[in-house]
Amino acid sequence: MSRWLGLVALTAAALVLAVVLGPAHVALADLTSSDIVRTLRVPRALLALLVGGSLAVAGTSLQALVRNPLADPFLLGLSGGAGLGAVLALALHVGGPWGLPVAAFAGALGAMALVYRLGLVGGAQLDPRILLLAGVAVGAFAGAITTAIVSLAEAAQLRNAFLWLWGGLSGASWNTVFVMAAYIPVPLIVLYAAARPLDLLALGEEPATHLGADVEPLKRRVYLAASLLTAAAVAVSGVIGFVGLIVPHIARLVWGHRHRSLFPAAFLGGGTLLLFADTAARVSVAPRELPVGIVTALVGVPLFAALLRRWTRG
Amino acid sequence: MSDGEGAELLAVRGVTYRYPGAPADAVADVSLAVQPGECHAVLGPNGSGKTTLIRLALGLVHPSTGSAEIAGRPAAAWPRRELARVVGVVAQREDNLFPQRVRETVLLGRYAHLPLWGGERAEDHAAVDRALERCDALQLAGRGLWTLSGGEYQRVRVARALAQEPRLLILDEPTVSLDVRHEMELFELVRALVDTHGLAAVMITHHVNLAARFADRVLLLAGGRPAAQGAPSAVLTRETVERVFDWPVAIEPFDGRPQMIPLRQPKEPT
Repeated sequence: MSRWLGLVALTAAALVLAVVLGPAHVALADLTSSDIVRTLRVPRALLALLVGGSLAVAGTSLQALVRNPLADPFLLGLSGGAGLGAVLALALHVGGPWGLPVAAFAGALGAMALVYRLGLVGGAQLDPRILLLAGVAVGAFAGAITTAIVSLAEAAQLRNAFLWLWGGLSGASWNTVFVMAAYIPVPLIVLYAAARPLDLLALGEEPATHLGADVEPLKRRVYLAASLLTAAAVAVSGVIGFVGLIVPHIARLVWGHRHRSLFPAAFLGGGTLLLFADTAARVSVAPRELPVGIVTALVGVPLFAALLRRWTRG
Repeated sequence: MSDGEGAELLAVRGVTYRYPGAPADAVADVSLAVQPGECHAVLGPNGSGKTTLIRLALGLVHPSTGSAEIAGRPAAAWPRRELARVVGVVAQREDNLFPQRVRETVLLGRYAHLPLWGGERAEDHAAVDRALERCDALQLAGRGLWTLSGGEYQRVRVARALAQEPRLLILDEPTVSLDVRHEMELFELVRALVDTHGLAAVMITHHVNLAARFADRVLLLAGGRPAAQGAPSAVLTRETVERVFDWPVAIEPFDGRPQMIPLRQPKEPT
């Protein structure tokens, strides 16, 4: 119980910090009346919570699905597809507040469909190993086209595209928060309902079948739900790395390997990490802003290295 | 029911199966009928189709000819959750992707009994305790799987299958890499479960002598085909065993069961 209290307290602290701190000084007494707080900081903080939580849950479920503890939400080619969609939208000057997110979402869905189709080449069974290979191949292919487009683009566009690819929450608004909040419950519920059979899958597909899991539909549901979560996250915030890799591992260390506890812990943990990272991205080089993916990588890589050491020591 | 086969827990009739792209049938025209309270052994050399037969029996692969029924229902027609309440399987291999404790892994055996959204109930924990106790593994409950010896680990896996509260227990080479004591303990455990709890058991093994001593009926496979089938003393004759295992043997009775002694066959130094 104290683990949950600690995590919720940490999330609350991250939310408060994200609202109080910023490049513009807002006195504590003016917090509730400030337009900056109401229209910028609060929706941005809520979006960070939803995006970070989604990425961490997607990473947790994909690690169980491909049975590889080093899997992360972007391993399966979605970032490449989303990046291609976003860069196409920038290059073609698709306007409006929703032009870029919709294009990125469409790109991610395209990559997801392609990887899923390739994952089924072996027959009626979805092979997680082929899924991994297909994800890497589709991601590399989309990345090559993306780079080709960027190399032909004008300088200003190129900078935008480059920054977008590293992730950022500066596009946050109440509308994006509402869209995310309406969208993510369905894939989250699908994954939570799969929590117990995912525990079984850790033993292998056939042992899981013997214990009563319907492995084929399980794999499909988990792949699609995790991909849809990731696609939405990448559409509103670009490619934010390491949240979906590191947070599941920390959650496993503290909560064990049962997905019914892991999923909520990963959601809160991912949201909290991204809140802290985004606050750092906004204030560390104010008035400019770092892409938040750089902060998560700067924090995440050393953490990951420490985890790897732990892992190899057993 | 009218033809008297209603009591059969497992009824495999004349199944044949060839893996896609394989040059020969992995299993050809094999039958296996298991009643409650019986202990069966499926014997045969490596690659004789023992594991494939089990996959056919469980409906995991579909025979090109023949049929497999569990409790009167085609094996492939069972929803997996329901089947897991009838048949418990200790597979040859499993992974330990994430480190677990003994009680956690045995609790996985309750999956088929749990409601979709609710948590584990008192009866589930009671079933776990009961299964651990029957396998003499209650004292291991708090241990990490990675700290167990090979024999302890197999007992825990049998306990997980028992936590499913099945009527039929299938064990695929459960004593590979176990020493004599742990091997005997496991066979005694399975035999006791059959005798005192009315379970049916099918053990896949290549231990001719242990199969002969513990099983009521033996199915001897050779190259996917049944070489002999029936009571151990009828199946394990010198001629049959030599033909199937391709090695000269002597067969001696012990405790009323045939026991095989492989003969030396020294080669002249070249």
